Amino acid sequence: MTAETTSGSSPLGAWTARLAELAPAVRVTERPFLTQLTLRVRDAQAQAAIGPALGVELPSTPCSFTRGTGPHGELEVLWLGPDEYLVLARPGVQQSLEDAIRAALGDAAGAVVDVSAQRTTLALSGPRVRDVLAHGCAIDLHPSAAPTGTCVQTLLAQAGIVLLVSDAGRDEFTLLVRSSFASYLAAWLIDASVEYRMVPA
Amino acid sequence: MQLISCPWCGPREEVEFHYGGQAHVAYPDDPAALSDEDWARFVFFRDNPSGPFAERWSHAAGCRRWFNAIRDTRSHELLDVYRMDEAQPARTGTS
Amino acid sequence: MTANFRLPVGGRVNRDEALRFSLDGRPMLGYRGDTLASALLANGVHQVATSIKYGRPRGIMAAGVEDASALVQIEEPFPEPMMSATTVELYDGLIARGLPGQGRLADRPDPARYDAKHVHCDVVVVGAGPAGLVAALTSARSGARVVLVDDQNQAGGALLGSDEYFDDLGSPAAWVHEVLAELRATPGVLVLERTTAFGAYDDGFLLALQRRTDHLGAAAPKDVARQRIWRIRAKQTVIATGAHERPVVFADNDRPGIMLAGAARTYLHRYGVLPGRRIVVFTTNDSAYTAAIELAETGVDVPMLLDARAVPPEGLVAECAARGIEVRAGHAVTGTEGREHITDVHIAPLAGTGHPDTIMCDTLLVSGGWNPVVHLFSQLRGALRYAPELGAFVPGEELPDVQVVGSAAGALDLASCVRQGGEAGRAASEAAGFTRPAPVPLPTSDARVAEAAAMVLWQVPEGAEPTADTRFVDLQRDATVSDVLRATGAGLRSLEHIKRYTTIGTAHDQGKTSGMIAAGIVAEALGVKIAEQRPTTFRPPYTSVPFAALAGRDRGELHDPVRITAMHSWHVAQGALFEDVGQWKRPWYYPRPGEDMADAVLRECRAARESVALMDGSTLGKIDVQGQDSGEFLDMLYTNMMSNLKVGRIRYGVMCGVDGMVIDDGTVIRLAEDRFLVTTTTGNAAKILEWMEEWLQTEWPHLRVFLTSVTEHWATVPLVGPRSRDVLASLAPELDVSNEAFGFMSWRDTVLDVTGGVAARVCRISFSGELAYEINVNAWHGRALWEALMAAGEPYGITPYGTETMHVLRAEKGYPIIGQDTDGTVTPQDLGMSWAVSKKKPDFIGKRSFARSENNRPDRKQLVGLLPANPATVLPEGAQIIESAHLPEPPVRMLGHVTSSYASAALDRGFALAVVRSGRDRIGETLYVPVADDVVPVTVTDSVLFDKEGTRRDG
Ligand SMILES: [Zn+2]
Repeated sequence: MTAETTSGSSPLGAWTARLAELAPAVRVTERPFLTQLTLRVRDAQAQAAIGPALGVELPSTPCSFTRGTGPHGELEVLWLGPDEYLVLARPGVQQSLEDAIRAALGDAAGAVVDVSAQRTTLALSGPRVRDVLAHGCAIDLHPSAAPTGTCVQTLLAQAGIVLLVSDAGRDEFTLLVRSSFASYLAAWLIDASVEYRMVPA
Repeated sequence: MQLISCPWCGPREEVEFHYGGQAHVAYPDDPAALSDEDWARFVFFRDNPSGPFAERWSHAAGCRRWFNAIRDTRSHELLDVYRMDEAQPARTGTS
Repeated sequence: MTANFRLPVGGRVNRDEALRFSLDGRPMLGYRGDTLASALLANGVHQVATSIKYGRPRGIMAAGVEDASALVQIEEPFPEPMMSATTVELYDGLIARGLPGQGRLADRPDPARYDAKHVHCDVVVVGAGPAGLVAALTSARSGARVVLVDDQNQAGGALLGSDEYFDDLGSPAAWVHEVLAELRATPGVLVLERTTAFGAYDDGFLLALQRRTDHLGAAAPKDVARQRIWRIRAKQTVIATGAHERPVVFADNDRPGIMLAGAARTYLHRYGVLPGRRIVVFTTNDSAYTAAIELAETGVDVPMLLDARAVPPEGLVAECAARGIEVRAGHAVTGTEGREHITDVHIAPLAGTGHPDTIMCDTLLVSGGWNPVVHLFSQLRGALRYAPELGAFVPGEELPDVQVVGSAAGALDLASCVRQGGEAGRAASEAAGFTRPAPVPLPTSDARVAEAAAMVLWQVPEGAEPTADTRFVDLQRDATVSDVLRATGAGLRSLEHIKRYTTIGTAHDQGKTSGMIAAGIVAEALGVKIAEQRPTTFRPPYTSVPFAALAGRDRGELHDPVRITAMHSWHVAQGALFEDVGQWKRPWYYPRPGEDMADAVLRECRAARESVALMDGSTLGKIDVQGQDSGEFLDMLYTNMMSNLKVGRIRYGVMCGVDGMVIDDGTVIRLAEDRFLVTTTTGNAAKILEWMEEWLQTEWPHLRVFLTSVTEHWATVPLVGPRSRDVLASLAPELDVSNEAFGFMSWRDTVLDVTGGVAARVCRISFSGELAYEINVNAWHGRALWEALMAAGEPYGITPYGTETMHVLRAEKGYPIIGQDTDGTVTPQDLGMSWAVSKKKPDFIGKRSFARSENNRPDRKQLVGLLPANPATVLPEGAQIIESAHLPEPPVRMLGHVTSSYASAALDRGFALAVVRSGRDRIGETLYVPVADDVVPVTVTDSVLFDKEGTRRDG
């Protein structure tokens, strides 16, 4: 018997319709079942070796992410700490991606952990997305302060999140939230969007 | 809401951080060799200066890194932050 | 019969929009743009309330937040206590009631929404008066991101209460309009009206309350947050909050109809309302002359202006004379008459010649000078300095990144205000990195400039101390000059002490008009200089802020995050009751129709011991520990040895603090030579990860170990009971589930026959003493796994159980719960877990503390079991344990307390766990537990009460 890795019940599967109602002011959609691997690597040489294996360099500056396409399709690599990264990839490539990273890592100190179900991923966009986020997020999301490529771990309302500025000019964000907090976050997003649903910009 | 500068992530609101007490209190090399009194000093005794104080903080809601900070206990002003692998900045009156 | 005090033209009210309102049942009309106070004055109503202590009539004394007496309770559209009539914007349908000092909370939930919003800027300007407007525009033109905050419904500040115009720019209204239009059109500028900056904090953080729909009354849209807390983070702060006029204290200075002179100008110019028809003015400075002159020009009778100064300003006196106003220099008000309304003013010369006199009037305007609004500056710990020429405190030092300008800094003329505003705007934007601020042309004014210096007069001197003092310092607190003198007479000298003794400045207005006067009277009484006194510290909030606004969206279901597992919706559908564990919702028990908690738990326990049961264990903390030095690291963190654990095996582990006290426990499974998975208790997951990281990052950074939380990656289901093996076998075709192939404390990876194949990690561990498996799958498949287990277990009557049953099952086996049976003062040895403490390891966290003499006392509290003499008794948790059958006189020697207590299906009786002094030596003894009026005898037993031999573990 082989195991299924690209289906099941996503944390916000039951919220799809309610989140869709926030459009057009804010568009919120879950991107379920993404491959998510935590990558730990300290050594600069090992860090450099992993880039080619992924097809995208590891982000070198704190609070940023890189994006590119490689053998496992389109990838985003998020800076989570000085030796900690989160690799986001399309559903179903957990094993092959982990194998590739471990091969590149070799004997260097490091770790790879499948955390695909630890967090769920939301795509946020729309003319009022910054307004909605500003109701609960203390980070300055003005394009001058948070350009495309920004990746911050912070709080939104009372939940920890990872927030990516996917495209500052097009008001596109990606948000990751721990699965157990996902329904709280969805309820909060809906509540925080109430005013903007009436008067879309 | 005070800002605390994480050495990695930059200034963030204080709610993202957890306090870890006095910094530079190293775990003894050989606890078994210590007298009860010396061990108790390590376990229970900490400085309580009025003025600059070297402390440990964790950017708990951010990058999860522990770092050191020098805080003036009279004003709460953070005078310095530095990574675990960086030396304590020189400062008079620091514990 | 409603008197009409509204001028036929003028003011900034919209006369096309009449609004109905009432005070104390009296219906009246006002206009859009009125405050409740201006609308009342337009109807000839001065008295609004009665005072808290003496029940004296009180009226409207000011036109803004400084008012200390016109307090109302709003009844409709929603009850709100303690509102100042001078700050409530009028709306149609407003029903208010005058307050005798204290309000009444609503007796129903508030249907309005409240929220908060963060905003970041280079420059925040507080106050949209002339100084603030110029500062904001200067900064905005430099390209800086600017937030301009103003508490009124329209910008202009003091200009709203004046008729001056700017020579080159037309009326002030037109100038304000132009500035605002440019600010609004500038990207990166946010103008917040009806927004009170109430708290200034560290690092440019400012809290402001915006009243967004209050002024719409019942017509407020339901989906718009009624009030918003703005959380402003600014690089530079410009405080342009203006000044509050200060009264002068004299006998009977609290009667309705007595008003600050500047407030009268505001009612006249902003609302087109006359405060009265026959007005006497009493002043210590030039500013009130303007009020007298302007009112006289409207045709009102202004018979007299009393100037406390011996030498009045010549030009202004001439202007008064031209309008029939008699100016009496060196005179003061010594008393008033009237009850609901002032009728007469008693006057007398302050010194020298002249005679006491009595003047008829319906309004008395008073000006004792101006107090700069230094609240935000003082909140920022800025030191204040006494300015003798003003009789007020002004900012007395420079604060980094903060500027105070205009009247707030003590500048009382327009030219200085706008000049300072421009300079501050330029300096702030430059400091924020915007190096090319474009200049803003400064408006000039034809306003009367001050001719003569002001006189500082706190109170009109009395010949003798009156028996019943009516010289009110703090109207809201009914506190008088005599109260102040009583305080100084009692030996108090510090203003902070006197404030608390007299309560002056502690009411809702926080002493905006009274604090300075109290300081002055104290200084006079003590014969000291005010400058030598330390003013009381201003603390947030500047004005009162509703708790609902502070709570924002954090109420109802959003009050605290609710964490749920992948199986949560199933538990809800099955009618589970939930227990809060940290932020998690965990099923507590699953009552069937007709069952109470005790019935349900007994049934669930029986199923686990007799057949098969399952629970949602997903909330357990799970940490992936990876890297070459993982074994070495875990050896330091756990009391027992982990480095010698074999791949495929599991070990129970205890963690202690350096003090040797248990902080957590869980299982450690070895996944590979360089990889472990450790579990923590549900409530400690984040804390333990942080604890482990602290040691790793601060003490042993050289170790090649990496910690990753995987708590939510896995859905975890303990499958418990003698039939659990059968249920597992039916779902795990590829797994040999026999005891020989899959022994206790080992784990296997397999693929379960669940929705086309689900990878699972199955651990043979037991928290109940029964044969049990803990099944872990990717959380996406948690719900499917649960349903598959329910289906596979149906032939055996599989039963879902909650945390209560889990607690009973483990307590029967004497397994402690960290945080319930322990409290941070309990060692592993106290728990009877010496077997989990390595003797071989040279060191681990806590080891050295075990050797401390304190931790080896024979009378330490140890975990034991208790069996109540009456099997039906279930002791209350927390109950104390004593030695004697009768409760002796206090102090009673306590031996310990009950930590866990349940009714047991397996034992068919009540039982408990407890920590008891020298507990293990007392096994077999009878001790006593006082419960209410009884003293319950209990037998001390071993903590393991069920299946001591462990025969059930392997099925
Ligand atoms: Zn950080």
